[in-house]
Amino acid sequence: MAQSLPPLPYDYGSLEPHVDATTMNIHHTKHHQTYVNNLNAALDKFPELKDLGLVDLNKAVGTDKLPKDVATVIRNNGGGHYNHSFFWKVMTNPSNTNGPSGDVKAAIEATFGSVDEMKAKFNAAAAGRFGSGWAWLSVKPDGALSIDSTPNQDNPLMTSLPDVAGGIPVLGLDVWEHAYYLKYQNRRPEYIAAWWNVVNWEQVAENYKAAKAGAVPL
Amino acid sequence: MLARVALGFARDGQSAVPAMTRAMSSVKLPDLPYSYGALEPYISGQIMELHHSKHHAAYVANLNKALEQQAEAEHKGDVAKLIALQSAIKFNGGGHINHDIFWTNLCPHKEWQPPSGELKTLIEAQWKTLDNFTTTFSAQTAAVQGSGWGWLGYNKASHKLELVTLPNQDPLSTTGLVPLLGIDVWEHAYYLQYKNVRPDYLKAIWNVVNWKNVEERLAAAKK
Repeated sequence: MAQSLPPLPYDYGSLEPHVDATTMNIHHTKHHQTYVNNLNAALDKFPELKDLGLVDLNKAVGTDKLPKDVATVIRNNGGGHYNHSFFWKVMTNPSNTNGPSGDVKAAIEATFGSVDEMKAKFNAAAAGRFGSGWAWLSVKPDGALSIDSTPNQDNPLMTSLPDVAGGIPVLGLDVWEHAYYLKYQNRRPEYIAAWWNVVNWEQVAENYKAAKAGAVPL
Repeated sequence: MLARVALGFARDGQSAVPAMTRAMSSVKLPDLPYSYGALEPYISGQIMELHHSKHHAAYVANLNKALEQQAEAEHKGDVAKLIALQSAIKFNGGGHINHDIFWTNLCPHKEWQPPSGELKTLIEAQWKTLDNFTTTFSAQTAAVQGSGWGWLGYNKASHKLELVTLPNQDPLSTTGLVPLLGIDVWEHAYYLQYKNVRPDYLKAIWNVVNWKNVEERLAAAKK
């Protein structure tokens, strides 16, 4: 089954003024679409991989489940497709966001001391990722929350990669320059700070619930 | 010499090593050899200004900070701290080196000349035509995943030119090649003008490549 570009759960302008409409448009219709196209082209050449599904494809990165010839393309484009599909859902119109509550709030406070302390750690991971990459809040195999960053289109699902601390993502932030440059230029910390205004905490709570049960949200 | 004497004083329990006793002086942001708008319409003035006065300036500032911390760690004999500083020095030092070269590799279009002399000979020997060279360079460099650079380097052992891509701000020196021409494909180098269409940027930039500078670098490498 071919992968396809998921529609955004909101309009391109819904995240204004924090993430601008032009960026959302190009990010979705160009960058994410390209990952989908490249992934499908690769899967057409290796049709036995089509049955894996996007999550298992990501989990297979770094293992010999992926033939050498297609391993890098899957890592970059399978990663890119999962990451962006995940990303659109953890954002929402600013008027909808209320901050974490319930189980995920309790877990954040237990692990980091407070929501603010978690944000500070997350901000540091996002700002400190050199070059292109992502910052993640994930549930580790032992059930604990953890904050990491990964390069390029890697993600915590790719546990077999040597430098990836494995886990199930609950919240993630794209810090590739294309995610913020039109509005924020070099001022990545400003983008990160503004982005908290559009986090979809309901989705994060759902992601957390699924992750604690060992299921990968998508 | 002076540094060692000063360190002797500092060891008596005084505070951090003063700047003048550091092994190297502060790195400085070089001026561009042309105005910000000089590479229009191929690279916009807005990009050039941000790229130079913000991005390169940040590498310089962060490199200087890391070097100060390194000097202090050396003074204290804190090897763990020295190790911890290595990635910051590589990122920011590489960023400084690369951009320092990059600004000289570019020139206003009205000053553009094709490669000549030894450089022309080597390019044609390996790629037949300049067109084939730039097409190959662009294709390889477009394929960089995430942030990085495309480089034309000189191999002093084989006396040949080589095309290489590197991630992030890794300098070409890490491969042993001498840098002749670098093209930045971090998104900040082109996004405001070309958006996601990196290949369009890579086509346009050849209009402002300063081949004279590349020839000078080759001549220096061959000495």
